[in-house]
Amino acid sequence: MLAFTIRRLGQSLLVLLVMSFLVFLGVYAIGNPVELLVNPQADAIERARATAALGLDKPMLEQYWVFLSRAAHGDLGRSFVFNIPAIQLILDKLPATLELAFCAMVIAVTIGIPLGLVAGLKPNSFIGRAIMAGSIFGFSLPSFWVGLVLIMVFSVQLGWLPPNGRGETVMLLGIPVSFLTLDGLRHIAMPAVNLALFKLSLLVRLTRGSTREAVLQDYVKFARAKGLSQRRVVGVHVLKNILIPIVTVIGLELGSVIAFAIITESIFAWPGSGKLLIDSINQLDRPVIVAYLLVIVTIFIGINFVVDVLYSVLDPRVRLGAAAAAH
Amino acid sequence: MLRMLHAVAALLALALVPAAQAAQKEREVSIGLQAAITSIDPHYHNLSPNNSLLLHIFEPLVKRDANQKMIPGLATSWRAIDDLTWEFKLRKGVKFHDGTPFTAEDVVATYKRVPNVPNSPSSFATFTKPIVETRIVDPYTIIFKTAAPHVLLPSDLGSVYIVPKAIAEKATTEDFNSGKAAIGTGPYKFVEYVPNQRVVMKANYGYWGGEEPWDKVTFKILTNAAARVAALLSGDVQMIETVPTSDIAKLSSDKNFNLADKVSNRVIYVHLNQRDDKTVPFVTAKDGKPLDRNPFKDVRVRKALSMAINREAIADRIMEKKAVPAAQLLPDFFYGTSKKLKPPKYDPEGAKKLLAEAGYPNGFAMTIHGTNNRYINDDKIAQAIAQFYSRAGIDAKVETMPSSVYFTRATKGDFGYMILGWGTESGEQGSSLRSLLATYDPAKGMGVTNRARYSNPEFDKVLNDALVTMDDKKREAQIQHAAEIVMNDVGLIPIHYEVSTWATVKGLKYTPRTDQYTLATELKPTGK
Repeated sequence: MLAFTIRRLGQSLLVLLVMSFLVFLGVYAIGNPVELLVNPQADAIERARATAALGLDKPMLEQYWVFLSRAAHGDLGRSFVFNIPAIQLILDKLPATLELAFCAMVIAVTIGIPLGLVAGLKPNSFIGRAIMAGSIFGFSLPSFWVGLVLIMVFSVQLGWLPPNGRGETVMLLGIPVSFLTLDGLRHIAMPAVNLALFKLSLLVRLTRGSTREAVLQDYVKFARAKGLSQRRVVGVHVLKNILIPIVTVIGLELGSVIAFAIITESIFAWPGSGKLLIDSINQLDRPVIVAYLLVIVTIFIGINFVVDVLYSVLDPRVRLGAAAAAH
Repeated sequence: MLRMLHAVAALLALALVPAAQAAQKEREVSIGLQAAITSIDPHYHNLSPNNSLLLHIFEPLVKRDANQKMIPGLATSWRAIDDLTWEFKLRKGVKFHDGTPFTAEDVVATYKRVPNVPNSPSSFATFTKPIVETRIVDPYTIIFKTAAPHVLLPSDLGSVYIVPKAIAEKATTEDFNSGKAAIGTGPYKFVEYVPNQRVVMKANYGYWGGEEPWDKVTFKILTNAAARVAALLSGDVQMIETVPTSDIAKLSSDKNFNLADKVSNRVIYVHLNQRDDKTVPFVTAKDGKPLDRNPFKDVRVRKALSMAINREAIADRIMEKKAVPAAQLLPDFFYGTSKKLKPPKYDPEGAKKLLAEAGYPNGFAMTIHGTNNRYINDDKIAQAIAQFYSRAGIDAKVETMPSSVYFTRATKGDFGYMILGWGTESGEQGSSLRSLLATYDPAKGMGVTNRARYSNPEFDKVLNDALVTMDDKKREAQIQHAAEIVMNDVGLIPIHYEVSTWATVKGLKYTPRTDQYTLATELKPTGK
């Protein structure tokens, strides 16, 4: 376990280093942020001053070196646009995104897995077919469209839910969260459902497929033959065995929901970090882009680690040390 | 993706639904803005959305009315004593939000702070730099000396907002953002700033300019056009700026909303790359072979390219009438504009004739470059222009890109035919002629945004004379003359002036402005 963790950590640092360099290079190649930031009427002196103030007067590699040496001290630079430390800007926005992502995943898991089980156990019944048909909609309707329709129905037409923003927040362990207030719940409902829809459909299909495969397995037949209750057969023998691929997918999807909830965030003006990333790319605000991706990669690495640990919990045959050695 | 969102914005407005009852308390209002506010520090980032929003909290010596004409702000009057000396009389009895009285000391300290804001991505020093010496005559009289005649000084100082001396000397950008230093003389006091999300203000009841109709104003940042319209429809905000053109027709036919619009100070124009006599990027003969010289150097070609564009059609069809065909850099009610200049008439046959005279009877081939996320309908305008050119015998391809990529390349001279936009914040045409069309000389601040490197010595001479003429009437005549020379020589091709739009819920009225500013001070209840 310890060796596994250390090896993982080393790999992760390498990933972070390579990624930061690629992003640095990429943003450098897109364009010059001074062109977008400086007032167009500014003269040459002002342009030179702004370029120097942002540290852009140095060669690319030197700029990267400066970034690295500061990063080693925990300073990921200041936003060109806001003059606020990039990491602070991101951490201010991240709780909102995490909250939205977790709410969406909770919705997707609590609805998706049971529906998938039902559809997998009764594939030819009306309800099984209806669930599968519904999941096709969840898959194929573009999320920005669904978001706008939700706003149109629930905010504009019915006037039940607010169309944008985060609403009232309360502090939970020093982090502002909105799901503990009624106003906050009203605000998060639509974006969370919007974001959950695709993941929900994915989980329905995945669970259904695995379930259908599992019910044909000998051990399930044997459990049935033994006279175990349906509940125990499904809950223990089927569900536990199909959970490994589902946990993998949930882990991967959670990462992508956190990193790329951008469309939902911009439609509902949800003050999360995805919107921050897009705005920063449009402004070529390199410190924010680099810091954001570093944070996201770190989150991905963390989630993958948790998923690996969960494997060993779910399936005693998986040993982390052995898994790492095999790689 | 964004374009699809715009299309859906239209769908949203189409829905025949009554707006939910505005959850609007008396004397409280929420306004949806289209762009992020990057700081509360008024000297950190010279950016139009910031300047607009911060005008609620802070004030300059010289303010502007809805047509950008200069009006007294914290100064009650100003005059040039001689070519190099200006005297400003300051307003008496004005108090900052913290209660300290406003005097000349605050002005001096503010101007001293302006060039020294750390990490400023676009400094206001451009405006205070001409001042080489400042003298306080008494607490309400101040004298500025400039090294060279600088007629635009009052206009320039209109962009610099005054803060109290104690704050100017010590406060950092963070202090402004947190609200600690966000203390001005304006009609509203700072309450809260959340980057990329909202800015909240409350009324300053002791304001020298009289009482405002609002106790509390919340500005919400809603960069997505569809989300902005949805927020208005659902009553979450009571006003939005920059209504997407596709939603204008629907909103204006809905009794629950009022629309306000006004031609803006932003012109959409074309620069024709004239950096090299021989070649120009992305322009070739029709068979792809290089041309023997740069056709854009020939005034006949430039004229032809201008008259081959049907400006009326672009304004009517693409801009849904929210644009006015342009003849110069500003609509002709602004200072320094010439009433003699009219938008060139659409004449594809005449254009063909001129091209033939210039030695291109069969036209040539070129690529039109433009942005696709910066100006209203920018990519559609580029496509329309390409089609007009095919009627005049020119093969035109279109390539549009995000502004983050575009402007860097345009400045480097990578493009031949480039569509750009320009807003004249000073409200007078001289400064724009100087930035866009004067011969490129960045050290002197001439032609700093002349991406075409167009150069016309006759025009330069008239303009340079105008820029040092202290007499307002005489200078205006000179600027008009300069504009006529350069527009008749097609130094650039003006397309149209954007019309900015605001939408409010019923019961509110917005007085639109040419500078595209969205000010709560201009939003008034229409009365019961």
